[in-house]
Amino acid sequence: MLKTNLTHVLSEQEHAKLLQENENVMICCGRMGPMCIPVYESMEELENEYKNIKFADMEFDMPDARIIRNLPECRSFQGLPFVVYYKNGNVVKATSSIQSKEQITDILDKQFGKN
Amino acid sequence: MQNHFDVIVIGAGAAGLTAGIYLSRAKVNTLILNEGAIGGQMVLTHEIANYPGVESISGYELARIMKSQAQKFGCTIKSNLKITNMNLQNEIKEITVNNKDVYTSSAVIIATGGKSRTIGSPGEDQFKGKGISYCATCDGDFFQNKEIVVVGGGNSALEEAVSLTKYASKVTIIHQFNHFQAFEHYVDEANNNPKISFIMESKIIEFTGDEKLSKVKIQNLATNEISEMEIAGVFIFIGYVPNTEKLDGIIELNEWKEIIVDKTLATSLKGVYAAGDSIAKRYRQVTTAVADGTIAALSAAEYINSLKKESVLA
Ligand SMILES: Cc1cc2nc3c(=O)[nH]c(=O)nc-3n(C[C@H](O)[C@H](O)[C@H](O)COP(=O)(O)OP(=O)(O)OC[C@H]3O[C@@H](n4cnc5c(N)ncnc54)[C@H](O)[C@@H]3O)c2cc1C
Repeated sequence: MLKTNLTHVLSEQEHAKLLQENENVMICCGRMGPMCIPVYESMEELENEYKNIKFADMEFDMPDARIIRNLPECRSFQGLPFVVYYKNGNVVKATSSIQSKEQITDILDKQFGKN
Repeated sequence: MQNHFDVIVIGAGAAGLTAGIYLSRAKVNTLILNEGAIGGQMVLTHEIANYPGVESISGYELARIMKSQAQKFGCTIKSNLKITNMNLQNEIKEITVNNKDVYTSSAVIIATGGKSRTIGSPGEDQFKGKGISYCATCDGDFFQNKEIVVVGGGNSALEEAVSLTKYASKVTIIHQFNHFQAFEHYVDEANNNPKISFIMESKIIEFTGDEKLSKVKIQNLATNEISEMEIAGVFIFIGYVPNTEKLDGIIELNEWKEIIVDKTLATSLKGVYAAGDSIAKRYRQVTTAVADGTIAALSAAEYINSLKKESVLA
């Protein structure tokens, strides 16, 4: 399990449930590595600001993470973490590799409306 | 005043966190303001095996311990923010964060460290995470049995090139000079690895591809000849630049934009100290950053005490 304070998605079933129960979802799929940790840290801070969004993580190497790894939106990705933004269960944006808090905030505001 | 501190430390890497530990333990009211993730470059390091007293630790774990040590002594740490204005000239220093929150202090320690140098050629931004990487341990396994390039000629470039041969079928090192800056044993190891080849005195001038990176344009710097190379990935390790761009014109920097300090780590401005990778020095390690953080903190504490004594005498 990833060492973060975010909600951990541990299976495909949990992933489906999360999307069903939340309109706006951001999932960071990665490892405890240098490109991923800053993204988790930003998400932990943004979680308090954006109550309309569910923030979660998923371990890149668990078999069920194929639900993210195999998304068409992630086809060209070759850098961890894979971050996917969902609205009403549909992927609205996906990014590869490290992103700053500013870049993440821009995406959240654009995709889910300004907080 | 709620937003007034004795000392504001800018940067929460090894140097800034150490300064926070020393100052807060000495009951100096301290705020650390940090732009990125807490830990700075330590977080970029999978394993630190040369920090005395600890046989091996991940950079993330070491940063987490330093942060909690500083907080336990009462240090306030704010991270993932943007410093939008700095007024360091006056006796009371003023720092504006995110264009709205203003913090003041009697002394400031700059511990902004450094960041990876980028090549700056067209396509570099576009293919970041889609073939271009700055972290071998993070992204190496996306390039199983593929041909890749490593750019650079220092210790990191050669060490990572060798480690990437675990995944890649072929690694080509592209370096701008005709010799390497790395330690001899790194050069020997790369030379003796059958999967590694070299293109010297050359640089990448363009990255191209469709969804992913597929080709690089290479210029030979001796002949100006330009060639193309089909490639699945490029790992860039061409050193670090100090994070001092916001200080240009405010405090004295040298030609490499490193902060000039004296033995007490005082800068050219009264009450402003600097520590860690952003200062002008030869060796940049966690241990040296920690030592600088200690010296800057003790110097700043002495300065604060002298101000307090002056105000009592006045
Ligand atoms: C891949 C890698 C491997 C390494 N391996 C080792 C090793 O094994 N052993 C070893 O001893 N050393 C190692 N080093 C070197 C070591 O990590 C650094 O020398 C040391 O961490 C520098 O610490 P610092 O506090 O000076 O700067 P940094 O770690 O760079 O921290 C600076 C902090 O300031 C923040 N900042 C920057 N600008 C601003 C601003 N304007 N406002 C607010 N905050 C700002 C940054 O976000 C960052 O958090 C390695 C470095 C790298 C990159």
